[in-house]
Amino acid sequence: MAETRELMLARIREAIAVQHGPELPLPRDYERQGSLSAEARVETLLDRLREYDAQIYEASSENVATTVTNLCRQRQVKSLVVPEGFPAEWLPAFGGMIPEGELDRKPLSEIEAVLTTCTVAIAHTGSLVLRHGPGEGTRRLTLLPDLHICIVREEQVVETVPEAFDALREYVTAPITFISGPSATADIEMTRIRGVHGPRYLDVVLVRG
Amino acid sequence: MSIRVGESASAPSFQQAALALLDDTQLRRNVRHATDVITRKRGLVVGEQADWQALRDAGSAIKRHTLRHLDEYLLQFEQAFTAAGGHVHWATDADEANRIIVGLVKQHGGKEVIKIKTMTSDEIGLNPALEAAGIHPHETDLADMIVQLGADKPSHIVVPALHKNRQQVREIFARAMNLPDLGDRPEDLTAAARRYLREKFLKVKIGVSGANFLIAETGGVCIVESEGNGRMCLTLPEVLVAVAGIEKVIPRFADLEVMLQLLPRSATGERMNPYNSIWTGVHEGDGPREFHLVLLDNGRTKVLANPEARETLHCIRCGACLNTCPVYRQTGGHAYGSIYAGPIGAILTPQLHGMQHSQSLPYASSLCGACYEVCPVKINIPEVLVHLRGKIVEEQSANVESVAMKAMAMVFRSPRRFEAAQRLGRIGQWPFISGGWIRNLPGMLGNWTAVRDLKPMPQQSFREWWKQREKSNG
Amino acid sequence: MQITLFITCYNDTLFPETGISVVRLLERLGHEVVFPLAQTCCGQMHYNTGYQQEALPLMRQFVETFRNAETICIPSSSCVAMIRDHYPKMAEASGDAALAEEVAALLPRVFELTELLTDKLGLEDVGAYYPHRVTYHASCHSLRGLQLGDRPLRLLRKVRGIDLVELANIDQCCGFGGTFAVKNGEVSAAMLAEKMRCVENTGAEICTAVDNSCLMHIFGGLHRQRTGIRTVHLAEILASDGSGA
Ligand code: SF4
Repeated sequence: MAETRELMLARIREAIAVQHGPELPLPRDYERQGSLSAEARVETLLDRLREYDAQIYEASSENVATTVTNLCRQRQVKSLVVPEGFPAEWLPAFGGMIPEGELDRKPLSEIEAVLTTCTVAIAHTGSLVLRHGPGEGTRRLTLLPDLHICIVREEQVVETVPEAFDALREYVTAPITFISGPSATADIEMTRIRGVHGPRYLDVVLVRG
Repeated sequence: MSIRVGESASAPSFQQAALALLDDTQLRRNVRHATDVITRKRGLVVGEQADWQALRDAGSAIKRHTLRHLDEYLLQFEQAFTAAGGHVHWATDADEANRIIVGLVKQHGGKEVIKIKTMTSDEIGLNPALEAAGIHPHETDLADMIVQLGADKPSHIVVPALHKNRQQVREIFARAMNLPDLGDRPEDLTAAARRYLREKFLKVKIGVSGANFLIAETGGVCIVESEGNGRMCLTLPEVLVAVAGIEKVIPRFADLEVMLQLLPRSATGERMNPYNSIWTGVHEGDGPREFHLVLLDNGRTKVLANPEARETLHCIRCGACLNTCPVYRQTGGHAYGSIYAGPIGAILTPQLHGMQHSQSLPYASSLCGACYEVCPVKINIPEVLVHLRGKIVEEQSANVESVAMKAMAMVFRSPRRFEAAQRLGRIGQWPFISGGWIRNLPGMLGNWTAVRDLKPMPQQSFREWWKQREKSNG
Repeated sequence: MQITLFITCYNDTLFPETGISVVRLLERLGHEVVFPLAQTCCGQMHYNTGYQQEALPLMRQFVETFRNAETICIPSSSCVAMIRDHYPKMAEASGDAALAEEVAALLPRVFELTELLTDKLGLEDVGAYYPHRVTYHASCHSLRGLQLGDRPLRLLRKVRGIDLVELANIDQCCGFGGTFAVKNGEVSAAMLAEKMRCVENTGAEICTAVDNSCLMHIFGGLHRQRTGIRTVHLAEILASDGSGA
């Protein structure tokens, strides 16, 4: 095993010793910083999420809990798992709620919905980024339930992908998931079809102010 | 050493394989439809990205820089990955990689594994190796399932079942899953796949994956996918084994800000694919408790050693060059006899083989340049194709073509001989002229007249006209 | 201006009328055309088919022949692409520094016909008259190699009497590809069939391009099918002025 490693490294070194041009600086002339107003940024995010077939709800910081409660009622959700660290003031008044810590009561695969926050959202690509910190749950938590409800605060929305990477700088070794719409596939006739193995429904609650 | 690229060593030549595929009406229709849809979608999302060319420049430069320091970055990755609780394995070729993976599965007493789409595992022939050891691999990517359940071969590096339409997929699923009443709407088919695999995801203890990017700085791994099957395989099993070519490493976490903009737009024509997972080794209480990564050479260091073609290793397997390729669009992927089809396959497969096999592939291109134009990491595929043709010519023994080409070069080297040849050609062509046109030529040139007429050489060449005019102008 | 013509080997042999048209056009525009008889071939076919060794002396010959030319005009985008994209690398690889220098000095003086007319001479209206329905095929080398953009179309639009119709899927290769058409004859034929369909759908009588190589291939198919559609090099359209000369 150690021999294979040495052999491969030796081959690599031999290969890269063969003639190279001068080493040039890495060009990074792509757009780092967006130029949209805060309002336009949020609108872009919502538009793109809608294009992915996500449902959008808007709330003020005071009525997040009510919005989520209504949403669950509307969707006739019977069980909802909520991760540790989820803001208490946003918890819906809802009987079927199961805190992450009490998952032994019911297997995750039988729970219908999950409610989380996120770390950053990217307008340009319509992506929600979770680093699975407090309020965001472990990775499986947002994977097995069929409905993922994600709360995005207005100020978490950045415009470009590089801006999102700047926001993630402190979390480079955390598990990170970019979520851009509900699970989908383009494998049949190259057409995006919603809902394969991951959550088939993605509801985003945008919190303004 | 046994370098294997799927079963390409024993595949028929491109010309031969293409001939049969050109007659497959359904396949051609499916391929045309799929490539049309995807190129249109790609065009839209690339068009709206104002800094696309700057991103391509950055992507290409990151890859070039990484390859130049590949040993350092791999070691940095290994160290960080190990520190994060992972285990790195090194494999010089397909057999070695398979031995390692089969060994790991057996060690954990696994009888089955769940797999995320990985071209690298097809390259090394992992599934047959697992099966030979009594381990059943479940492909979980929808397209891979279609290929596996239909006992078929992949025909595209991103959408391996692109040659099948919904009715054909329905048939395969209905048979394999025993669902005689299955509908043929894509929604029906994805729902069937969901039901079929759900229980496997929850039950199978070992996952096998590839990797889109390995991050040297952090020891992280990034996997890009759509369906969520990837996230299932990455997070639910107890043990995860990933296999990745050594060229998959990138220096920094932040380099993903470039790659994750280039890849989805190029691959599926989306601003972002539904899921990207980035994680680092083993995370306490979240995901597998054991993570192995097999770093694969399998001919890559030979590609790396060739300064004229090493850019082949920039490839991020987006498939854009396949979708845009006018040759691929006619034949689909099976003509290439390799799991790597299309323009990238035409340069990668023969090089991995050390130019021992797949020698017809560098000629499977009209050099139209469409691949280079779309490649997100700016691989100049036409140039590499021409370079590989040169290698093939260098190594071949004399044949009709090489004798003819050399004779022609000799003619071109002297204007006098060139003129004489023009005159000779005019005389030599007369037996083939009928009704003012050449309709039937012998030998290789018969491939021209099979579908095209050829105008005979005119009675006066341009230079003869010119000389005559000069004379009359005095 | 004195313009030196590199006619290219296949135009010289198979399409003299293209060369004659270039001469007539440039002379009509008031320029002097020179044709060095020492020229033969740029080496493209050999280079692209893998006979790079054989292409090298042809490059030397080209450089020698055109060393002193002020402005070189070439009515073939693929040959210009060969010279522009591959000569510098070939010269460098040959290890002959003087050759590399000469190539570098020569390149700025090499023009494809429509580049010469639009960029160098600043023209769009060249005084042509061509009362036909015409569609323009953008060859791959003109499109992606030289990035000619709309130069050919700008010239065509100014032709009097012309009925210019747009070709669908204009960026798709016609399937010629040099020796590809012979080595992979069947796939090439399938590509050609698609191109012919697009050409026929325009209702044009004439399909034009800046490369006779593609046109030979397209016309070969159109003629075999007895479509009655002809192909004509762009130079011939621009040279026609209704005088019938
Ligand atoms: S060669 Fe370029 S375009 Fe083709 S698959 Fe690789 S990255 Fe994509």
